[in-house]
Amino acid sequence: MSAPVPDGAGLTTGQASSSGPTVRPPTRRGTELSMLAFAAGLVTLALVLVESDQQQSLTMQVVYYGLAYLALFGAAHFAVRRWAPFADPLILPCVALLNGLGLVMIHRLDLAFAERAARAAKTYADEAPKQLMYTTIGLILFIAVLALVRDHRTMARYGYTCGLVGLGLLVLPGVLPSSISEVGGAKLWIRLGPLGTIQPGEFAKILLIVFVAAFLVSKRDLFTTAGRNLFGLELPRARDLGPLLAAWIIALGVLALEKDLGTSLLFFGTLLVMVYVATERSAWVILGLALFLVGAFVAYHLFSHVQVRVGNWIDPFANYDTRGYQIAQSLFSLGTGGVAGTGLGAGRPDLIPAVDTDFIVSAIGEELGFIGMAVLVLVYTLLSLRGLRSSLAVRDTFGKLLGGGLSFLIGLQVFIVVGGISKLIPQTGLTAPFMSYGGSSLLANYILVALLLRISDAARRPQSPPKPKVQQAPLAEASTVMVERPA
Amino acid sequence: MQLTRAGFLALLWLFVLAALRVVRSDLYAASGVRVAVPGFRRGSLKGSRGKTAKQLVVTHGALAGTRISLDGRPILLGRADDSTLVLDDDYASTRHARLSLRGTDWYLEDLGSTNGTYLDRAKVTAPTRVPLGVPIRIGKTVIELRS
Repeated sequence: MSAPVPDGAGLTTGQASSSGPTVRPPTRRGTELSMLAFAAGLVTLALVLVESDQQQSLTMQVVYYGLAYLALFGAAHFAVRRWAPFADPLILPCVALLNGLGLVMIHRLDLAFAERAARAAKTYADEAPKQLMYTTIGLILFIAVLALVRDHRTMARYGYTCGLVGLGLLVLPGVLPSSISEVGGAKLWIRLGPLGTIQPGEFAKILLIVFVAAFLVSKRDLFTTAGRNLFGLELPRARDLGPLLAAWIIALGVLALEKDLGTSLLFFGTLLVMVYVATERSAWVILGLALFLVGAFVAYHLFSHVQVRVGNWIDPFANYDTRGYQIAQSLFSLGTGGVAGTGLGAGRPDLIPAVDTDFIVSAIGEELGFIGMAVLVLVYTLLSLRGLRSSLAVRDTFGKLLGGGLSFLIGLQVFIVVGGISKLIPQTGLTAPFMSYGGSSLLANYILVALLLRISDAARRPQSPPKPKVQQAPLAEASTVMVERPA
Repeated sequence: MQLTRAGFLALLWLFVLAALRVVRSDLYAASGVRVAVPGFRRGSLKGSRGKTAKQLVVTHGALAGTRISLDGRPILLGRADDSTLVLDDDYASTRHARLSLRGTDWYLEDLGSTNGTYLDRAKVTAPTRVPLGVPIRIGKTVIELRS
């Protein structure tokens, strides 16, 4: 039965496809390619603006950069075409735009830093070529993940392995001696000699989300068991609390050992949302928020660096010359940008400490203003939203939880970063996904996006027609049949 | 200088709008979510024994014997000249009823007619699924869907 499907309709039902010619849903790869070209064009234009505003000589070189950028993402696009043809058409272009704007901004900061270094008769190593190299490696990883993970459900089998490795990675820098792992007061890195440093926590996040998704799928019943009623709130049984409590302790342990507020907040928030998605019980969220408040209170009184961060949040100008300098400069930067911004390359975002990593969004806010910043936040929102939509549409529970967790992770991370630089919440050291300078963060986020694309491919892929059931006669009615034994 | 600045911001917004257009087209296209509710489809398919209506046949009334082949577009029934099936029937209203395809099933809805539309013996008040071979009565005219 061929179902007459109205124009533009994507999927026929599984039943319809079983008994007639199927209407293939549009893969929408063409949309993806044109949006990628649009993003690459925007990035090239941004580069042109930066070069002209910084009085660099404009040559055809810029166009080649733009084409090379398009070629990079073109390769990723063809990998998607090959291995995930039904994947979401918006995720990759959004990533391309964010990464490209990040690259342009890092290049723009390079120019400023190089000028300053030249004035002080120092040398400065440009960061943009390194970031471009990381982008390339990230895209290679992206393609590798798409090619290797053909079905996201296979990952559920390695849940505990992922969890163990993830925890190890998260804890590793904390237990290593400070000479290897401490950079700028936080112990998050592992120095690998000449190879540079890696930040294992970034990869640990993804592994832990895989673990939590696999764990929740296998232990769902345990979580939904009705427990005691307390003040009209249905609390789960104490022993079911185990995993959540463990996660809480680990998050706080990381916070204590590595002086990292951001990762613990990110991890805890994502875990809470995944538990909520799995159980549909608001009791867990209330419980989790209560735990968070207690944890924050204890951390504030226990650790001096938490007090510093909170102090900066309440009044960054109280210690303008010392602790509050960074956030105060960020606020000045945003204020200078105003509604329309100073124009790319025309501001002074290089005055903010760590502007290339944690505070890159301030630089965007200064040079593109509120209007450009809104675009940035919208593109991040779209990225997160498309991931959530795919996880709603995907058919298996593990995919739902994993996709939901990964998408929420991006959203929460952007909230923490943008909230931090604009003094909405206390500043915590997190990178803006795809924009900030930093190899680990970039690579990890490309793996994350590859997994999201894999899930969205599974969500939109038409179900293969179910095999027609062979009508088997009930055993009692079956007659004995003589079967010739093959010679 | 100011022009390029504003132009770049405008282009950035254009990107967002283009992305939102893609999102919108996804909303109208059958989404993956719809696939997730197979129970309803299965039931309706069993009812029509896996066959879709291919034509509409007038069995009684002035137009008896008229056949209209169905191509997925909605069928408008009534006395109005622009109806798909123009009823020459004193008991029919100008715009009497409409048959429209949803998924694989045809649905009949009354468009506020004076004398009502009946599916077999039951008066149609809300959009109702029309199985094959069940008479639709409009005034003196009787219509059936055939495969």
